[in-house]
Amino acid sequence: MRRETLLNAAILAGFLALPLWAWMADEPFIITLTTRAAILALAGVGLNLALGLGGLVSLGHAAFFGIGGYAMGVLAFHAQTYTPLTEAPFLIEGTKSMPVIWLVALITSALAALVIGALSLRTSGVYFIMITLAFGQMFYFFMISWPAYGGEDGMSIYLRNGFPGLNTLDPIQFYALCFVLLAGALWLVSRIQHSAFGLALAAARQSPMRVTSVGIRPRSLHLLAFTLSGAITGLAGALFADLNRFVSPTMFSWQTSGEIMVFVILGGVGRLLGPVLGAAIFIAMEHWLDGVSDYWHIYLGAILLGMVLFARGGLIGLIAGREVAHD
Amino acid sequence: MTLLLLIEQCLNGLQMGVALFLMAAGLTLIFGVMGVINLAHGSLFMVGAFAAAGVAAATGSYTLALIAALAASAVAGVLMEVLVIRRLYARDHLDQVLATFALILIFSEGTRFLFGSFPLYIDTPALLSGPITLPGGIDYPRYRLFIIAMGLAIAGGLFWFIARTRIGIQIRAGEVDREMIAALGVDISKLYTAVFALGAALAGLAGALIGAIQSVEVGMGEPVLILAFVVIVIGGIGSIKGAFIGALLVGLTDTLGRVLLPQVFGLVMDASSATTVGASLASMAIYILMAGILVFRPSGLFGRAT
Repeated sequence: MRRETLLNAAILAGFLALPLWAWMADEPFIITLTTRAAILALAGVGLNLALGLGGLVSLGHAAFFGIGGYAMGVLAFHAQTYTPLTEAPFLIEGTKSMPVIWLVALITSALAALVIGALSLRTSGVYFIMITLAFGQMFYFFMISWPAYGGEDGMSIYLRNGFPGLNTLDPIQFYALCFVLLAGALWLVSRIQHSAFGLALAAARQSPMRVTSVGIRPRSLHLLAFTLSGAITGLAGALFADLNRFVSPTMFSWQTSGEIMVFVILGGVGRLLGPVLGAAIFIAMEHWLDGVSDYWHIYLGAILLGMVLFARGGLIGLIAGREVAHD
Repeated sequence: MTLLLLIEQCLNGLQMGVALFLMAAGLTLIFGVMGVINLAHGSLFMVGAFAAAGVAAATGSYTLALIAALAASAVAGVLMEVLVIRRLYARDHLDQVLATFALILIFSEGTRFLFGSFPLYIDTPALLSGPITLPGGIDYPRYRLFIIAMGLAIAGGLFWFIARTRIGIQIRAGEVDREMIAALGVDISKLYTAVFALGAALAGLAGALIGAIQSVEVGMGEPVLILAFVVIVIGGIGSIKGAFIGALLVGLTDTLGRVLLPQVFGLVMDASSATTVGASLASMAIYILMAGILVFRPSGLFGRAT
């Protein structure tokens, strides 16, 4: 356990030190790259709650990532064109304020996760994987064929949304916001892990029958975990859209779901900082391998394959040992 | 909307359905017998299409192209099984998803490396190109009819193969109890490789058939793969009959939805918003169908209850 704690501290220290160095060395690109890693890590932290703690293999988390992204996109689009979202039954205006956008992203993606979860959790195993995948595709094709918000082309938001008291266009200040949210999500997940709910959830993953026999319904635990998980990934989607100042149906694509899952597994399923390390390594590989070869996905695929076949427990498992994994 | 148009669209739906069946049959066999969820099945579809396009361009023979597609995808399937999938039988679905996701990356980029990013095209042979007039006066492309006939013939052959031959019996026994048939002296690892090769060859054939009516390009396998997943989830995983019925349902729902939904909405709203709403709903129709079926039958139409 101590080795994992040390490793966790080192990962977080890296996430603080690298952008600080880049800021002082005037390397805004490095800051943007780290911001990307932090946001994708946040999406992974969301998925890890369902996947690692709950054992729910969701291949449709792009749906929540995309919903978060479009929550930002739609609100900011209406704010920048000065058109209201709806006029009847009451007036809803767009907004450029990050806290409001975050709240909307959290609520809409949590609602979507609640509905998708309630339907999908009727199934289990491989059916669950495929039905979540299909729900993700459903949103993907809907956004492509719905012309109101850019359709297949997506839409650009010209100015990054604002946060009271900060200049979000300054890369380091935007990074600070993302890092605080990531740290907050990690704190929340670590609290959940040690709460009665988290323990019951872990127990339901290992033996649903025993959990049922002490009077807890595994499905309610799973649904709550899936909803929270979707909400966190949705928040990451809103930040990701703000980072790029662009949203498109790609956020909903099943490759996005696959990549979020890759972060989690690369780092270590069920480990608190697994997705954070996974996202950091993924972004680093994407950046460096892309410079080495145009066909860098081959190397990425080979590394992933090697990880699955020979290094179970992910990078954190590799470094900190397997004994802390509880299954 | 005339009756002729409706019949034509039904034929289109049938054509999409049989193509999906070729993909879904392999997936459902592989899952039913080996318990492996293979995301890289779409890559085998792509391998078949590229092999067909390459051989068709080199020799000009469509028959040779189809044979090449079968052979290349079967070989790719055997390699995939022996090198990677074999190690995943005892693993949980999560490892299988990730490893086969990695295989997709390798196959897609490998194909891009070999063939480049530009789409290729397969010419249909002269015998099968152009329209044919069906009874009732419908002009319908010969090639699409050929796909339907080919798909139905293969479906029939596959049902016979599974129901009547010795290997078919072993495959069905493998779905029911893996350890038992190993104990009865069937070489289970050879059987697994054979099933994988069969599934791969069917996927490759689907790729070659469909490759001639659309462009052959990297990434063409994944949309079909996801539709095939929908098919086997609807039909019940492991059931060939379920895959067949599911494939036809999905093919018809998708094709007819795109034609009919905008018209249905046209009855209650103005033309332009009816087109928008109808088209958006039609693109989601098969997923709605799947969700609806799973709510009532969580293990699909013909799946064994788990």
